[in-house]
Parts: sequence; structure tokens; C-alpha cells
Amino acid sequence: MTTPNLTDRLLPVATIAAMVAALYLVFAGAPTDSFQGPVQRIFYVHMAMWLNTFTAFAIVGVASLLYLWKRDRRWDHVGRAAAELGLLFCTLGLATGSIWAKPIWGTWWTWDPRLTLTTVLWMIYAAYLLLRNLAMEPQQGATLAAILGVSGVVDLYLINRAVYWWRSIHPAVIVDRQGGTGLSDPLMRMALVVSMLAFFLLFLWLLRLRLRAARMQDTLEDLRGELAPAAG
Amino acid sequence: MLAILWKDLLIELRTKETLASLLLLGLLTLVVLSFAFDPSSPLREAAAPGVLWVALIFAGTLGMNRSLLRERDNDCLYGLLLAPVDRGTIFLAKTAANFLFMVAAQVVLLPLFAFFFNLPLGSTIAALVPVLLLGLLGFAAVGTLFAAVSLRTRAREVMLPLLMLPLAAPLLIAGIQASAQLLAGQPFAAVGHWLRLIGAFDVVFLVVGWLAFEYVVEE
Repeated sequence: MTTPNLTDRLLPVATIAAMVAALYLVFAGAPTDSFQGPVQRIFYVHMAMWLNTFTAFAIVGVASLLYLWKRDRRWDHVGRAAAELGLLFCTLGLATGSIWAKPIWGTWWTWDPRLTLTTVLWMIYAAYLLLRNLAMEPQQGATLAAILGVSGVVDLYLINRAVYWWRSIHPAVIVDRQGGTGLSDPLMRMALVVSMLAFFLLFLWLLRLRLRAARMQDTLEDLRGELAPAAG
Repeated sequence: MLAILWKDLLIELRTKETLASLLLLGLLTLVVLSFAFDPSSPLREAAAPGVLWVALIFAGTLGMNRSLLRERDNDCLYGLLLAPVDRGTIFLAKTAANFLFMVAAQVVLLPLFAFFFNLPLGSTIAALVPVLLLGLLGFAAVGTLFAAVSLRTRAREVMLPLLMLPLAAPLLIAGIQASAQLLAGQPFAAVGHWLRLIGAFDVVFLVVGWLAFEYVVEE
């Protein structure tokens, strides 16, 4: 049975404290951007989403590989939990980016390389989660999803190259990407760092919670398996 | 490996069902997508390479689903697995068969495509062929691997495109861009970087499939 240890107790506290500090710094501490106005403040959150998204997907790749190699159920849980969180933060990242892009770029969406890459990534990991739910048996779903997880990470480099070349051939579409650069004010930089830290802690906390839930489910199923013959 | 490949080709030669449906679906896609563009519009020519690849992909997806579904009927897959060959070899044989089917379909589709879209095929065909062949090879590799994966799920017909198309994104972008540039009259050297990307994709997914197929088919 899993009991909350010291990390489990400290993580929520640290997350909430960092979140409050981030909120203060983002909305009150950092000065308003002179070109973009208040909308620039979403950048602090947006950047944090991307950190989480890419961390999550890196975890999915490594956990998938380790699962195929070691055949340990724990790696499968790690992969699944990270994929769920990755998809969540990826969606939030796309949403916050869009909200920022509308007033600054004048459009909700553009086929900028980064946006294209992220969309493809989002689809790969949505398929990853769907695959697990549609597999005939959970054990097999784990293996199949792990294959997709590894393929996704391997493919990432190729997708990246493809979308950058694709766009560089159409210079007319290249958008001004100055947003967010030149955080000249130290308070701005601090807001960014604290906000990223806060969301990263949130990510770790959620990951641990999700893993604990997965472990409990495992225990539950094992117990059920033990009880079933006795009952029948 | 050759025996498995030969078995697949023989079944196809005797029934001709995969190839016939591949061709018809490809042709249908060409025609349906033609409706999307005004016949007199210059957009039509710009969209032509995209149309060709979309037709290929729809037809190919269907063909690869069929190729592995056939193994599932009457539990032929178990027979294959009992054969004294490496699982990776089965993957390579299946990929080769799917590749050959798509090439055969492509041989018919390409002239039709040039005919419908009024394209200068004669002068560009020599440069276009390696792009298409390499593209189809990568597509066959990723498709065969994930057709085997989707075989193990419920709703398997839907799963294959869902799993495969996002992964095939670099292949599609590279294939469409390279074809577009060649059809626009650019020299072969101008698409070298796209060709290398497609080649890298082929290698990556042939290796991944070869290594991972064992895990897919295991019980």
C-alpha cells in the first residue's frame, strides 16, 4: 500500500506557494510590455506550458523504451501518466498561444513551423491515449502504445526538419516572431522563471498523483484477481 | 522472406481484389478532389501534387489494412508466426508486398493523374519516380507496422490512419513539396534535401518496424 511520503506532502505546498508567487509576479511584479500591452503577460504562462509539454513527451519516449525493454508495469504507468499530462499542457499551450496570437499576429492560427510541429505532436499523443483505450487487452495496449511512443520520439526530429524546410520555402508566410523576446526588465525574467517553476512543480505533483492512482488500480485489480476464484 | 512475399503476390494475382480496390479508390479520390477546385483556376495546378499524394495515401491505407486483415481471417497469422523465421523478416516481407501493390497502383494512377490535371508528365517523370518510390517505401513501412498494431484493437479500420498519418507527416510534407517543385520544372538537385529526408524516414521506420514487429504480434 502506498502512503504519502515526505515528497508527497511537500510538493503540493511548494506548488501552491510558487503559484501564488508567480501570480503576483506575472500580474503585479512584471512591468507591462511597451509594445504589446497587457496581453504579453500570457507569455509567462505559455512558456511554462511548453516546458511541461516537452518534458512530458520526453518522459513518454523514455518510459516507452524502458517498458519494451524491461517489461515492468511501472514504466507503462509512467508513460501513460506523462502522455495524459503532456496532452493537457499541449492543449493549454496551443490555447494560450492562440489567445496571444490574435491581437499580436492578427490571426488565431498560422502554419508557423512551431505550431505545425506542435499540432502533429498533439495528434500523435492523442492517438497514443486512444490506442490504449481501444486495445483488446490492457497488457497489449501497453506494448502497442509503447511502440507508438518510441516511434513518436524518433519521428520528432524528422517532423521538425520537414516543417522548417516547408516554411522556409514560402518566405511570404514567415511571421514576425518577436513576441516574448527581449525581456529586458529583470522583473520580467523573474516572472518567467517563477511561473515556469510553479507550473513545473504542478506538473510533478499531478504526475505523482496520477502514478499513485495507477498503482492503486493495479493493487485493486490484483486483489480482484485473487478474490475471483474464491468467490466462484 | 521471399516465400512470404511470393505468397502475398500469388494471392493477389489470383484474386486481384486488393489492386482493383486500390486503383478505384485512388481514382475516385483524384476525381472527388478535382471537384474542390475550379477547373480554370491556377490553384488547381498548385494543388495537384497534394491531390496525388492524398489519393495515394487513401488507397494505400485501405490496401494495408486489407493485407493484414487477410492474415487474421482463418488465423493465418498464427501459421505465419509458427514458420521458422524471424518476426522482423515477416515485417519486411509484408512491407515489400504492400510496397509492390502501391507501386503497381501508382503505375496506373500517375498517367491518369497527369491526364486529369493536365500536367507535363513526360518531362518530369524521370525525376518524379525516385521521389514517389522512396515515399511509397516509407509509407509501406510505417503503414505495415501500424496496420499490425491496429489489428489488435477494436475499431481497427479507424485506428490505422489515426496512428499512421501523424507519424507520416514528414513524409507527406517532403513528398508533396518535392513533387510540386519537380512539376514546376525545377531541376532534380533542388529537391535533394527533401529526398534525403524521405530516405531518412524510410530507414527509421524500416528499422523501428523490424525491431518492434516482434512485440506487436506476440501473444
